[in-house]
Amino acid sequence: MNKHEPLGRKLDLRHGRVDLSHGSGGRAMARLIADVFHAAFDNDWLRAGNDQAAFDIPGGRMAMTTDGYVVSPLFFPGGDIGKLAVHGTINDIAMAGARPLHMSASFIIEEGFPLADLSRIAQSMGEASREAGVPIVTGDTKVVERGKADGVFISTACVGVVPAGLELSGDKARPGDVILLSGAIGDHGVAVMSKRENLSFETEVLSDTAALHELVAAMVAAAGASIRLMRDPTRGGLAATLNEVAHQSKVGAQIDEASIPVAPQVAAACELLGLDPLFVANEGKLVAIVAPEAADALLAVMRAHPLGARSARIGEIVADEHCFVQMTTRFGGGRIIDWLSGEQLPRIC
Amino acid sequence: MKHVDEYRDGALARGVARRIAEEAQPGRHYRLMEFCGGHTHAISRYGVEDLLPENIRMIHGPGCPVCVLPMGRIDDAIRLAARPEVTLCTYADLMRVPASGATSLMKAKADGADIRMVYSTLDAIAIAEKEPDREIVFFAIGFETTTPPTALAIRLAQKKRLRNFSIFCNHVLTPAAMQAILEAKEGVEIEGFVGPAHVSTVIGMSPYRRFATDYHKPVVIAGFEPLDVIQAVLMLVRQINDGRSEIENQYRRAVTETGNNKAIDEMAEIFELRESFEWRGLGEIPRSALRLREPYAQFDAERRFCVVTLPARDNPACECGAILRGAKRPQDCKLFGTACTPETPMGSCMVSSEGSCAAHWAYGRFRQIERRKAS
Repeated sequence: MNKHEPLGRKLDLRHGRVDLSHGSGGRAMARLIADVFHAAFDNDWLRAGNDQAAFDIPGGRMAMTTDGYVVSPLFFPGGDIGKLAVHGTINDIAMAGARPLHMSASFIIEEGFPLADLSRIAQSMGEASREAGVPIVTGDTKVVERGKADGVFISTACVGVVPAGLELSGDKARPGDVILLSGAIGDHGVAVMSKRENLSFETEVLSDTAALHELVAAMVAAAGASIRLMRDPTRGGLAATLNEVAHQSKVGAQIDEASIPVAPQVAAACELLGLDPLFVANEGKLVAIVAPEAADALLAVMRAHPLGARSARIGEIVADEHCFVQMTTRFGGGRIIDWLSGEQLPRIC
Repeated sequence: MKHVDEYRDGALARGVARRIAEEAQPGRHYRLMEFCGGHTHAISRYGVEDLLPENIRMIHGPGCPVCVLPMGRIDDAIRLAARPEVTLCTYADLMRVPASGATSLMKAKADGADIRMVYSTLDAIAIAEKEPDREIVFFAIGFETTTPPTALAIRLAQKKRLRNFSIFCNHVLTPAAMQAILEAKEGVEIEGFVGPAHVSTVIGMSPYRRFATDYHKPVVIAGFEPLDVIQAVLMLVRQINDGRSEIENQYRRAVTETGNNKAIDEMAEIFELRESFEWRGLGEIPRSALRLREPYAQFDAERRFCVVTLPARDNPACECGAILRGAKRPQDCKLFGTACTPETPMGSCMVSSEGSCAAHWAYGRFRQIERRKAS
């Protein structure tokens, strides 16, 4: 058991190379971030391991995040890389309980990329940012030679304001806390997979891509002080999110399979592809770890919001020195929910 | 989901589990080997062992194609992929299997070899058609379940007159391995087998008869859903209690006595038995694997690129061999969870999700801690 080293062996920085598993949202990626980036940039904000950093500025508290988008294909059922970039970036800020204010977008474009596609992506981003009320106020454009990128990659940043007194962080989960999930899992991953060149299959599943800041604002207004932390389960799915939280807070989690909503079409597609919905990416869902006494009230607030209509209480935080995420299966047995290992679905966001 | 949910029903499972608890005799040990990795995966993923009494032990067998592939064959594949003209097409779960010198296909790919992950043999055919200047080699592995699709790919390549397509054939046979386990000197006593699901849809029930007649071991062929497995356990408990050794079929919705004759004929037409083949953990097993027949030599990567498999030694501390024979459990291996994890596998049982070490790591490792606490 790697009780003290939950991320496994250190990377071989002299001879090793980056492989696709280092981008999968699993343990290998956590290892890469720890050994390369935390080692080089080390500071308290980064070490907190959240999707954003929150820090004091004169007159208040600010949250800041940056994100990169390499999804393939660029257009998928329910969205496209541009819309995804806006929503995903806003969500990273929202997970701090913060109100997103302004964002940036930079584009790395491959020579030969059709202008019509670029314009379509930009229009979609503009629309998403206007709908969310978070304008894209600055940007950057680079073009690289053919073959040096794949169509277009987008990199974003966003700043927001953290309400006074709110300090959500991945290390704040405590035994007894309740785990709430804002809706059915796996839609985004399945929608993207269904359009992959070598895998296309017919499905009606649409990506769940959505900006969650208004749902978060409602939750914070109702019971902000009772929320320990929030996360959006993107790459690596619900499984990766719960493992990150368990690891950062040094606790375990016990969840109940029967309580986790999964759309029948998503379950069917996962069955066909041999995937487990727990590991499949979402782009419009959040996990909230909350104090037990506030759980019911918060669940009601979430369900009252259109983006949280299928919210559910899926389990609780438990004391566990091994930081295991465990699940009671529908079948009646127990199992661990581990991080995703290896590379399962590259370039999902 | 129709046709799936009913085989994962918790209430039905508890009913079967109650009957097992009633019928399993307290003074008796029931050591049952599920041959297939598919069963191992289902047992772990749904926590089937939690529903069984203490004296029923499931032993995870070697029916995981990735796990039994010897390291030398991965080395061969890496050498093939290193040839500038070759594009190696492989299933994703082979990518991280450790090869000699701490390499793997994943690392070879990061180093620049043209290795592509495919979902089926037909994807490899499509690449061969699209890129006529590349030599497309499909890394064919698996038991009797995946052999017919490989045969189909060869037929298709022949029909399309593809001159740049070949397969690196590592197809192996289930009954030969079951026999090797029963005859292994350092093996473990096994009272009965949960027999293969998908393999049996192809080969039928008759190839298992000799395990009942010659070795007096009951075999219950079972589907890959958790309710299938637990029902097969009940059927095995009943046979053992009655002193019977029969080949029973729990998976009647898919398996017939004679199997899929069309697939069997097609395999016999294209493949022939190798005299012997190395299995990881089980060693050389005579007449246990397939190669292409002479008329199909042009599709055989081994002949086309003069592949000579060199002997390769596994990490001496790795217990994959004993684990594959059922003699040890994953947690008995010193490397398990320390040097060997799914991110940095030392042995093949940790690589494939069907491997017993990976399944125990990913789904069941809390149990050994609970047991340690209890004792």
